[in-house]
Parts: sequence; structure tokens; C-alpha cells
Amino acid sequence: MHQVEVATTQETLLDNPEMVLNMGPQHPSTHGVLRVVLRLDGETVIDLDCDIGFLHRGMEKIAENRLYPMIAPYWDRLDYIAAVSNGLVWVETVEQMLGLEVPPRAHYIRVILTELNRISSHLLWLATHALDIGAFTVLLHALREREEILKIFEQQFGARLTCHAWRIGGMPNDAYEGFTEDVQQFVDNFPGRIDQYETLLSENRIWLGRTVGIGVISARDAIAIGLSGPALRGSGVAWDIRKSRPYAAYADLDFDVPVGENGDTYDRYLVRLEEMRQSRRIVGQALKQMPGGPVNAKVPKVIKPPAGDYYHSIEGPKGEIGCYLVSDGTSRPYRVRVRPPCLINLQALRQMCVGHLVADVVAIIGTLDIVLGEIDR
Amino acid sequence: MSLVKVPRPTLGERLKRFFMADMFKGMWLTLKYNVGALTDKDSVKGFGIYTEQYPSVRPQVAPRFHGAPRLNMDPETHESLCIACNLCALACPEDCIDVIAMDIEMSVGGKPRKKKVLDEFIFDTSRCMFCALCQEACPTACLELTQEFELATYSRAGFVWNREMLEQGRESRKFEA
Repeated sequence: MHQVEVATTQETLLDNPEMVLNMGPQHPSTHGVLRVVLRLDGETVIDLDCDIGFLHRGMEKIAENRLYPMIAPYWDRLDYIAAVSNGLVWVETVEQMLGLEVPPRAHYIRVILTELNRISSHLLWLATHALDIGAFTVLLHALREREEILKIFEQQFGARLTCHAWRIGGMPNDAYEGFTEDVQQFVDNFPGRIDQYETLLSENRIWLGRTVGIGVISARDAIAIGLSGPALRGSGVAWDIRKSRPYAAYADLDFDVPVGENGDTYDRYLVRLEEMRQSRRIVGQALKQMPGGPVNAKVPKVIKPPAGDYYHSIEGPKGEIGCYLVSDGTSRPYRVRVRPPCLINLQALRQMCVGHLVADVVAIIGTLDIVLGEIDR
Repeated sequence: MSLVKVPRPTLGERLKRFFMADMFKGMWLTLKYNVGALTDKDSVKGFGIYTEQYPSVRPQVAPRFHGAPRLNMDPETHESLCIACNLCALACPEDCIDVIAMDIEMSVGGKPRKKKVLDEFIFDTSRCMFCALCQEACPTACLELTQEFELATYSRAGFVWNREMLEQGRESRKFEA
């Protein structure tokens, strides 16, 4: 990894215009336990380095010692803001390795709830990102809508954050009584609420001053680093796995992929707001088209995928969540590897921050939408 | 693939910004909520207070909520439904369940037979992640995660629940506001 070094040619430390600043791991704006070592000239960032691993729990190693159905609750704890999406990538990988046919109703319920999870993840991003930059009011508004989604999750899964949403071959329960009404009510209310966030932020001069032209990354650089999700689409690259490699029921649903132009923090903000509107559109459609029938496929008692390896990825709220699974034909995986969107998006931090002020580092960490649970695993 | 171009502010919007329209719009919205919270007591129009007033008002958790574990009893005979099959302990990813069974001698139709019954059940709630895999594994609907969610104790030992606590429920203190 790139190392931050302080020039030591000066006679005394006072002659040195550069200084090293440690930001984190207890800094509230680093969204977890991320330590950023900044080399500064005055207030301008010359260089930076990230120190990660404070939240390492050894998820991939834990997975090697668990039976296949037991691993799903651990996957919720990777990106705990988007536990439903994380759970989906695990069960879909195992299902495709086993060759299970999941009933269409389960696919539709999965689409509805992962899209609601995307909205809730983006809402928490909006709340904390605005709070970091100095707009407190948005936090209160965004968390109100997130609460409505979490209430649906509690009714459906029995938990609000780490839901343990899916089981291999389907889901633990069918949609609860009143699910359609609750989701429909949210779908009806939500557009007015997004307009409120836009009223507070989109034209606000402080918001524009803090975001426009900050953390610019070109499409070419973004692809070279391997960015995915809204961070990549903000630079104008229309890459969305829901469109390019449709999984679950996305092939039957009509939605647009928002892209930005300039690749700055403001564009990524607009892309995420538009994504919330599109997610709401998907949920509304899926709710109308949702077929009846069973929600579970016929699953063998002991899950033993055939020996071999398999990679499957889905579009999570933060980017491409992938799961590479190597099976040796026993009831425990031989090796599991997670393709974490946040870790790879974080690699763009240095390129985005150099030349900006210290206060902009907070804005850029916010715009990358990182969760340290997934970076450190 | 159809794409949406994200809109950027036009000249007219820049003019509005000159007259501080953006600031007044945001402040108007905040003011509406401030006045609304006073008049719209039960959040009928969406302006009211959304915060739950816990602990003075206890929240209604969902019927499927994964909370404190419980061992259900037969409502008529008051005998434990647990058959000491150990399936919950095998299903637990965190290995936090211990089922201790014992064999008792009993006679079925005059013939002496051994029967496995539950002796002690240890559930370590400090390691539990409330994934409900144990509840799904239980063949007799005995082990169940309930709506009880206040699990704090003063010591680590208090997190380890034994059979009595699981069957009778822990004595929980209710805090008055």
C-alpha cells in the first residue's frame, strides 16, 4: 500500500511546511473505524493513506467452518446498512451452484425488499453525508422514511437491521398480512419526501459550494480503479448489473439507470436521489406484477453443492457485491471470497482528495458511501 | 438501455439563487414542520412527531420479531415440549445452545423402556445473533424467539439462560418514566 512520508530535510520541524494529520479511527465522519493519514500543506491535502482492518472479524474464514445455511446471518454483518442485499448474493450463489429453481413469487418479493433496502441505504447515506457537510435537517427527514422501511423489514423478517432475510431456495416466510398495503403506502408517499430533500439541498448554496467540483474522478479513472455502483455512474458510466446481467426478476421490470456527467460529489448526490426514484418505480411495478404461489423451492436436507467454483454478483446499494464460492462437494464451503464494493470504491479516495482541503476529505468519504463492516470483513 | 441525464442547474435557477430563494425555501419547509409538530399531534398529515417515546410508551414489536428465547410448554399438561433432539444446537451457527438430556426408565405396556427427556437447556444470549435458525429447526415448536427485547443484565453470567429462565421467562424490571 502507498505510504505517507514526511520530508525530513528541514533543520527543525518548524521549518517544515508539511504536517501529518491522523483522521480517525474514532472520527465520526469516517463512517466507522477508518483511519486516514493525511499529509497536509496548510489546509491542502498533498497525500493520504488509509489504514483499515480495525473491524476485521474474519468472515471468510468463519464461512469455511460453517454449514451452508448457517453462513447467511454472517453475510448480513458485512454491510449492515444493506443486509438484505448482502444476504441475497449469498443465497443466489448457492442456489445457482445447486441449480435450484426459485419460484417466481420469491423472486418478486426479493426484488421488492432489496429495492426497499437500497432506498434505506441511500437514505442513511444522504442523512450522514448531509450531516458531515453541515446540513442537519436532512438527517431528521431521511431517517423518518428509513424508519418506515425498517418497520416493513421488522414485520417481514423479524429484525430491523441484520435481517437474515433469505434462505437457500426461497425465504423463511411468505409476505406477511398487510405487506402489499404497507409497501404501497410507502410507494405513494415517497416521491413527495424526495422533493423535500431536494428543496433542502439541491439548490442550497452551501451544499453546492461544498459538493460541486469536489472529488472529481473521470470515467476512465473510475473504470481503471474498478469503481462500481453510484460512484461509477456519477462519472457517466452506465454500468448496472441489474441491466447487464439481470438476476431475480429484474429482467421483467422497467427502470432507467441514472448517470452523471462531471463525476463530482454533486453528480453522485443527484445520481443517488434519482436511483431512489427508480427503486420506488421498481417496487411499484413488482408489487403489481407479483404472482401467487409458493415461495420456497424443494431444497435437499443437507446442502452439498457439487465440487467446483462459482462467481455471482448483484447490484448492491454501494456497488457490485460479488461472492466467489469454491466447493469441494462437502457440506461446508472450501473457500468463500466476497467482492466488496466499499473496499474497492475506497481506493479512489487518494485520487479524489489530493489538492482539496481537509474539510473536503469528509465530503469525499461521505460521497463514496463506505461501510467499514464490509471493508474489513 | 435507456438512460436518464441527471439535470444540472440552469441560468434561471442560478438567478433564483442570487435572490436567496434556496435559503428561504429550505427555511419555509423547516418552519412548516415546526408549526406542524404543534398542531398535528398524531402525525396524521405527516408533520407530527415521529420519535417513539420509549420507555414511557412501549413499542409494539412485530409478531415475527426475533427477541428473547423461550421454551414453550404444553398448555394443558405443563410439560416441556422439548424432546431433547439437539437439532437447535446443531443448527446454531454460533454454537450457543447446549441441550443436556437424560434417560429415564419408564414402562410402556408393561415393558421397561428408556426415554430421552430434557434435563437442562443452556442458551447463551450474549453470543446469540437472533438469526432464528434454531426456531426453524425445532420440530415441536418448543424453542421460540419472542417479542421480549430488553436483554441487558449487570453481569456476563446473566446472559446465560438456563432451563428455568427459558421456560418461566426472566424477571424483567419495568422502568417507570
